[in-house]
Amino acid sequence: MEGPPGKTLLRMASLSLAIHGTPILSDVSLTLEEGRITGLVGESGSGKSMTALALIGLLPKGSATTGAIHMDDTDLTQLAERQWLGIRGNDIGMIFQEPMTALNPVQTIGAQVSETLRLRGTSRAEALRIAREKLDRVGLGPIPLDRYPHELSGGQRQRVCIALAIARRPRLLIADEPTTALDVTTQAQILDLLRDLVRDEGMALLLITHDLGVVAGLADEVAVMKDGAIVEADTTEALFRTRAHPYTRDLLAAAQPKPRPARTVEPAPVLTADTVTRRYGALTAVDGVSLTLHRGECLGLVGESGCGKSTLTRALLGLEPVQEGSIALLDRPVGPAMTRADRARISVVFQDPYGSFDPRWTVRRLVQEPFHLTGKPADAEARAITALEQVGLSAGDLDKYPHEFSGGQRQRIAIARALITAPEVLVLDEAVSALDVRVRAQVLALLNDLRVRLGLAYLFITHDLTVVRAVADRVLVMQTGRIAEEGPTADIFERPAHDYTRALLAAAPTIPAKWLRGDQH
Amino acid sequence: MARALLTRLISLALSLVVASVVIFVMLQAVPGDPAAFMLGLNAQPDTIAALRAELGLQGGFVQRYIAWAGGMLTGDFGTSYTYRVPVADLVADRIGVSAPLALYALLLTVLIALPAGLLAATRRGQASDWGVMGATQLGIAVPNFWFAMLLVFLFAVKLRWVSAGGFPGWSDPGAALLALTLPAVALALPQASILARVLRGALIDTLDQDYIRTARAKGLSRRATTIRHALRNAAIPVLTILGLQFSFLLAGAIIIENVFFLPGLGRLIFQGITQRDLIVVQSVTMLLVFAVIAVTFAVELAYTLADPRLRRRAAR
Amino acid sequence: MLIGTVLTALFAGAAALSLFWLPHDIAALDISQRSLGPSLTHPLGTDHFGRDMLSMLMAGARTSIAVALVAVGIGVGLGVPLGLWAAATRGSWLDEVIMRGNDLIFAFPSLVIAILITAVFGPSALNAILAIGIFNIPVFARVARGGALPLWTLDYVMAARVAGKGRLLISAQHILPNVANLLIVQATIQFSLGILAEAALSYVGLGAQPPTASWGRMLADAQTMIYTEPQLAVLPGLAIVLMVLGLNLLGDGLRDALDPRLRRVRM
Repeated sequence: MEGPPGKTLLRMASLSLAIHGTPILSDVSLTLEEGRITGLVGESGSGKSMTALALIGLLPKGSATTGAIHMDDTDLTQLAERQWLGIRGNDIGMIFQEPMTALNPVQTIGAQVSETLRLRGTSRAEALRIAREKLDRVGLGPIPLDRYPHELSGGQRQRVCIALAIARRPRLLIADEPTTALDVTTQAQILDLLRDLVRDEGMALLLITHDLGVVAGLADEVAVMKDGAIVEADTTEALFRTRAHPYTRDLLAAAQPKPRPARTVEPAPVLTADTVTRRYGALTAVDGVSLTLHRGECLGLVGESGCGKSTLTRALLGLEPVQEGSIALLDRPVGPAMTRADRARISVVFQDPYGSFDPRWTVRRLVQEPFHLTGKPADAEARAITALEQVGLSAGDLDKYPHEFSGGQRQRIAIARALITAPEVLVLDEAVSALDVRVRAQVLALLNDLRVRLGLAYLFITHDLTVVRAVADRVLVMQTGRIAEEGPTADIFERPAHDYTRALLAAAPTIPAKWLRGDQH
Repeated sequence: MARALLTRLISLALSLVVASVVIFVMLQAVPGDPAAFMLGLNAQPDTIAALRAELGLQGGFVQRYIAWAGGMLTGDFGTSYTYRVPVADLVADRIGVSAPLALYALLLTVLIALPAGLLAATRRGQASDWGVMGATQLGIAVPNFWFAMLLVFLFAVKLRWVSAGGFPGWSDPGAALLALTLPAVALALPQASILARVLRGALIDTLDQDYIRTARAKGLSRRATTIRHALRNAAIPVLTILGLQFSFLLAGAIIIENVFFLPGLGRLIFQGITQRDLIVVQSVTMLLVFAVIAVTFAVELAYTLADPRLRRRAAR
Repeated sequence: MLIGTVLTALFAGAAALSLFWLPHDIAALDISQRSLGPSLTHPLGTDHFGRDMLSMLMAGARTSIAVALVAVGIGVGLGVPLGLWAAATRGSWLDEVIMRGNDLIFAFPSLVIAILITAVFGPSALNAILAIGIFNIPVFARVARGGALPLWTLDYVMAARVAGKGRLLISAQHILPNVANLLIVQATIQFSLGILAEAALSYVGLGAQPPTASWGRMLADAQTMIYTEPQLAVLPGLAIVLMVLGLNLLGDGLRDALDPRLRRVRM
C-alpha cells in the first residue's frame, strides 16, 4: 500500500482561517508529497472542505487567513486572483463530491475537458485530441466527446470531472469526498482510478473523506481533523495501529461497529411479502420479491441505488399498489386501501433528518401526527412525552421546532414519531445513512435497545454493509428489482453465494483487520 | 425531434382554435344588431337584411363562426361595418406601424437589460448592483403611458426636438424611425427593468451552482466563467420572460399608440370599439393572440436549442 | 422593506380615510377655482375643473386599491386551490387539464383581452376587476403548483401519508402553509401589476367611469392639457409610481424575511 517517499510539493504551515470573524480553521499544518496520497478525515463541519478551498484559492468572501501555504518558492496565501489563474488547473486540480451537478449541463463533455487546455492557447484540434486522450485515460474510451453530462451515469460523470482536473497534468489533485455520492461498486472503481493516476503521473493527491475505510485502502498518510484543527497525523498504517488520539479511537470504534452475534429468532411472521411485483410502464421496479419479517427480528435489506428498494418500501407501507403478489401485516392485507387501525401497526423512519419534518410544526404536533390513524387518545400528551423520553429527549423539547435540533436529535424525534402508535413493525429506510459515524453509533445503539425493550421487528433498509452487519439478524441482497441472495447475516458476509453479493463485499472499503487487532499503543 | 415538433404544432393549433372560439363567443354576447346600428333608426327591414347578408351576419352561430374562422385562415378578415372595406386592408395599413414599434421596443429592451443585468450580477452587493437594482425598481413602477406623457412633454413640448405624435409613413424611413423612437423608449423602459432583474436573478442562481466552482477550479477567471458557463444556463428563464414580454409589449403598444396618435393596430381596435365595428375588433384581437401564441411557440423552440436536456426530453 | 411598508400604509390609509372623509367634494366642479397652485385650502392645488387634487388622489387611491385587491382575491381564491390540486395529483389528467388551461390563458395578451372584456360588457370598475382578476388565476395556480411539487417529494409528506392522511388534508396542513410565503410575495407583485393595469384601463377610458375618481382617468384628462397645464400630469403619475414602488419594495422585503434559506442562515 505504501508509495515511495516523494519530494515535498506543498507545505501548509499553521494555516488559520476565519470567515466573517468566525474561526473555521486553526493552526492547520500539512505536507503533501509528489506521488503520494494524503487522506484528510473528519466529520461534517470539521473544516476539511475549507482546507481544500484554501489550497486552491477559492475561499468564500469574507475569509481571512494567517499562516502560509508554500509551493515551490511562493506562498499561495499571498497570491492575487490574477496569479491564481495560472495555478488553478495548471498546478492544482480539484474534483468535488457531487458529480451530478459539477458539470455544466449545456456543454458537451468534450468542450468542458478541452476548455481547460484552450486556456493555455492550445489549438482547438489539439485540445480535443488531448481531451479524447484524457477521457480514454479515465476509462471513458467508448464515450464520444459530444455527449452531454445528463446522458452519463454518476460514476461516468465523476470520471469526466477527473479527466477535466488532470487535463493539464497538475502536480496536486484535491479530491473532496469524490465517491460519497456514488454506489459502493462505482466507488471502488473511482478509487482504483485515482490510485493509478497518482502512481502513473507522480502527482500528489489530497483525498478528503469522512470514510475511514476509504483512506485505509488508499492513503499513504492520514490526518484526522476535528473542529478546524488536525488532532493526529501519521502514515496510514501507523495511525490505525497506534490510534494515539482519543478522538481517532472514538471515530474508529464508531466506524467499525461490532458484528451482530448470531441468534435464532422464533418464527412468528409479522410482515410478509409474497412474490410482489411493481411496474411503472415498461420498467419493472420490483420483480417477484418475497420476504418474511418475524417478531423481534431485524431484517436487513441491502442494495445499490436504483435496485428497487425504495419502491418496495412504499409498497410494504401500503402507499402504493402492487401489480402482482400480496403483502400481509399480521395476517391483514397491505395496500392503499388498508384501514387506519392496520396502518397504525407499521411505521417508518426516513433517511433525511432535514426533510423529515414540516419546518412549521412543533415537536409536540409532529410527534403526535400518527394519532391521525387511531384518533387522538386522552393521554396523547403523556404518550408524546414517553415517546420522547424513550429516544433520549425530554418533555422540554415539545415546544421546539425541528430546526433547533442537530441531525442525530432529529432522527431521534423521527423514531419517537414512529413509535407513538405502538406499532409492531418499524421500517428504517436509510435511517442512519446521513449521520456522522459517532452519531450513527449512538442511534444504532438506541434502536437496538428499543427493539429489545419493545419487542419490535425492524426492516432495516440500507446501502451500507458495515451497518447491516452490526444490526441485522438476516440479510436480503437486492439487485435490479429481485432478491439476489438471502440468509443469516454471518453467512452472507462470510460465505456469500451470489456473484453480486461477492462484488458488493469486495468493493466495500474496509480497514485491514490486522491493523486493529489488540491495543498496540 | 420531428415528432416532438409535430406535437407542439398540434397544441399550437389547438390553442388557436380555443382562442378563436373564446373571442368569437365573447363578441357575440354584445347586444344589438350591427346592421341596424349602422343604418340608423329609419332603415327598412329589407335594407337591413341586405346589409346583414353583405356583412356575413346571416346563419346560425356555428355557421358564422366557421365562416369567420375559415376566412381568417385564407386571409379574409371580414368586411368592416364602418368603412365597408375588407378588414385585411385596414390591418395591412396599420401593421406597418405596430410591428416595427413592438420590434423596436423589444430590441431596446434587450439592449438595455443585457448589460445592466450582467453588471449587477457580477458586481453583486457593490455600488453598481445597487444602482441597477434601484433604477429597475423605479422602472417597473412607472406606468409606460405616463412615462410616455413625460417624454412628450420634455422632448416635444419643452425641447421641441420631435413632434408630439402622428406618423409620417415609411416613405421617409428616417422620419418614421424618429417618430417611433419615443414610443419605443416608453414601452421598453419598464420591460427592460423587469428583464434586467430576471437576468440578474438567473445569473446569481447559476453562479452558485457546482459547475461554476468546477470551472473556477480549472483556472477560468471569474469573467470567463460568467460568460461561458453562467450566461447560457441563465438563458432559459430569461427567454421565458422575453416571450411573455412580447405579449406585454403588444398590449402596451395599444395604449402607447394612443398617447402618440400613432395609426397602429391599437388605434384600430379603439376605433372599432367606439364605432361598434365589432368585426374589426374581433379579427384584430385574433391576430394579436395569434402573434403571442406564435412567439411563445418560438421561445419554446429556442430554449429547446439552448438546453440539451430538453432536446433529449423532446426527442423521447 | 421599511420604505415599502410606509408607502403602502400611506396609500392604504389615504384610501381608507377617503371612505369617510375627503377634504373637498370631488363631484363639485368650480371653474372659478380651477388650476390653482398649492394653498392652505388646496394643499396640492386644483385641476382644470376646480376640483381639489388631494381629494381626487385620495379617492383615486381607493379605486386603485379596491380594483387591485379584488382582482388579487379572484386570483388567490381560484388559482391557489387549482394549483395545489394539480400538484397533489401530479401527472394525472386533472393536472394536465388545469395546467393546459393555464397555458391557454397565458397565451392571451392580457391587456388586449381586458380591453376586449370592458369593450364588450361596457367600461366599469367591476369589469376592470374581472378582466384583471382572470389573468391572476393562472399566475397563482402556477406559483402554488411550482412551490408544492418539490414539497410533495419530501419525507414529511411521506410521513403524513404513512399517518393515513389523504391528499386534501396534506395539502391543507403541510403544503399550503409552506407555500404561503411564495403566495404572499406573489400577491404583492400581482397587486402592484393590478394597480398598473387599472391605471392603464382607466387611462384609455375602459376602467372606472366618472364621477368615480381614478388615477388613470386623471392622467387621460391631463394629457389633453399637456401644453397648458403640464403640472396636472405629474401628481397622479407620481401617485401610481409611489404606490407600485411601495408594494414592490414590500414584496421584496417580505421575500427576504420569509425565505427559509435566509432564515436558517440567520439562526
